[in-house]
Amino acid sequence: MSDMAEVFQKLKAQGDGALIGYVTGGDPKPEFTPRISEALIKGGVDILELGIPFSDPIADGPTIQAASVRALQAGTTPQMVLGMAGEVKKKHRVPVVILTYFNPVFRMGVERFFRLAKSFGVDGVVVPDLPVEEAEAYREAAKSCGVDTVFLAAPSTSNERLRKIVECTSGFLYVVSHFGVTGAREALEGSTVQLIQRFLPYTSGRVPLAVGFGVSKPEHAKGIIEAGADGVIVGSAFVNIVREHQSDVGRMLEELEALARKLKEATKSHA
Amino acid sequence: MKKLGSYPIDGKFGKYGGRFVPEVLMAAIGELEEAYAQVKQDPSFNKELEYYLSEYAGRPTPLYYAENLTKKIGGAKIYLKREDLAHGGAHKINNTLGQALLAKRMGKKRIIAETGAGQHGVATAIACAALGLKAEVYMGSEDMRRQRLNVFRMKLLGAEVHPVESGSKTLKDSINEAFRDWVTNIESTYYLVGSVVGPHPYPMLVRDFQSVIGNELKEQFLRKETRFPNALVACVGGGSNAIGTFYPFEDHPEVQLYGVEAAGEGIESNKHAAALGAGSEGVFHGMLTYVLQDTEGQIQTTHSISAGLDYPGVGPEHSFLKTLRRAKYSSATDEETVAAFCALSEEEGIIPALESSHAVAFAMKLARKMKRDETIVVTLSGRGDKDVEVVADFLGVKI
Repeated sequence: MSDMAEVFQKLKAQGDGALIGYVTGGDPKPEFTPRISEALIKGGVDILELGIPFSDPIADGPTIQAASVRALQAGTTPQMVLGMAGEVKKKHRVPVVILTYFNPVFRMGVERFFRLAKSFGVDGVVVPDLPVEEAEAYREAAKSCGVDTVFLAAPSTSNERLRKIVECTSGFLYVVSHFGVTGAREALEGSTVQLIQRFLPYTSGRVPLAVGFGVSKPEHAKGIIEAGADGVIVGSAFVNIVREHQSDVGRMLEELEALARKLKEATKSHA
Repeated sequence: MKKLGSYPIDGKFGKYGGRFVPEVLMAAIGELEEAYAQVKQDPSFNKELEYYLSEYAGRPTPLYYAENLTKKIGGAKIYLKREDLAHGGAHKINNTLGQALLAKRMGKKRIIAETGAGQHGVATAIACAALGLKAEVYMGSEDMRRQRLNVFRMKLLGAEVHPVESGSKTLKDSINEAFRDWVTNIESTYYLVGSVVGPHPYPMLVRDFQSVIGNELKEQFLRKETRFPNALVACVGGGSNAIGTFYPFEDHPEVQLYGVEAAGEGIESNKHAAALGAGSEGVFHGMLTYVLQDTEGQIQTTHSISAGLDYPGVGPEHSFLKTLRRAKYSSATDEETVAAFCALSEEEGIIPALESSHAVAFAMKLARKMKRDETIVVTLSGRGDKDVEVVADFLGVKI
């Protein structure tokens, strides 16, 4: 069993959900990422998601766009982010997932990308602009390296497509909570709960289901886990802390850890 | 091998094209593909489009023999396909009318579009005003500053213009922003893409709507010369006027196809927009195609004197034609372009858009090498009134 599957299974046995925490690798500078990762893990993140910054992130809102700009200006490369994942894996048993747009992977060559990812201990990869139809060679390369391929499903995904996506996804299914781009939101929408309930019959017993996009507060996380999801993905809320406290690292790490702790609490069954 | 005209097959031109978009968009793109397949077979749609193209946009546009320019150069006969005379002053209207009619049939009331120089934004605003649709146009704040007149034109035409502050604040960023709007408002909104770029079916349907250029010129040329031209020349940014010109001739190998990209300050200066000439294969704006990128796969910013060619990618059908060597791709520098802009203005009394001036510059070189009984058709994709200030500035003339 993969580390990622084990994490979900263990949490499920306790009746808890998983907290997946995202930050953009290299934001605001490459040397920050190991300490940021450390703080998130200390706060209770079950799975760490590191983003490779891309020049044209069409699925991202202003928060992560700005993080990508900061990381790129600081000279962050895809290889460096994979290396950061390797640093985390050396010290922790926490699974690490890489989020990247497809072009940096394509440019490196899918086989080379997955061999390199595997060598750094990366557990899974998410590519928000790679639908299953275009992913044949990508999935083959991932499979031969033993890296999970996390695919996304959205409110507009039909049940028929969902069946195909569930067949292709491994590690977990990344459910996009609402129409729109990434970014922190005030409230959890009722439609997100309905979406989880529509998707669950297709995923249960096959693959864990985690919900992201717009999830930023403990009460969102609680609502999503109570609706039956196996995990929540929080990104922009962490990235906002990184931006806000760029010049005060101590404060940044404290706040990241504190938010992770609150969110983790909310994913527990007794919450 | 299949006839070139039968591509895309399964959304691809050979290996180029495809649909590299967020899952949220897959349903909408599928819906668009189906709706387009339906209207393509529907005589009433084609009749309506033809009505607007002729009665409203002023088609067919003339095919003009540029006798003065031909004599001055002393080589092949040069003809101009006068898209600059279409309503709005460019070929863009062929596509915006087609897609706006399609959007209307799909029951979408809100149209979004991206624009660089503002030409596609203006053409979208025009089509939407004519058809009673609401247009919202994304435009980089840097481009808005450079193209103030077009911003005001769009507003006069009833469109709303949203400044884009992200990235390089130019065309590629306004496309990113239009995509972000689309994923957010997918139920109500139609994304009216301005060139033969983006995920399938856009490169195909924009090509089909622009093919009116090539189809008309084929007939007009046969009537004048009782044969096909030896060469077709068109400028390539995203590449819609070029594909519209080439497509009806793709399966006639005796007709040479030449696409002309923006070499900016010269390819070696790295300040250019020649994706086919100096780029490499990548995945960008939903398609696999040639793109200007660094070794890590980050998309690069581009430079051209003509904002309409200032785009780091190119339509996937061009990548396909390049790989097959069916079309040849060359480029013209800012300097060569301005010289051609001036030459056509002086010799023929026609001020071409800077985009189209790239094609004129290349055609003048090509004509010199060809025989006098041979023929070239240059697609004059737009008129140059919008560029007069830029050219004066380039020449150091105070106006």
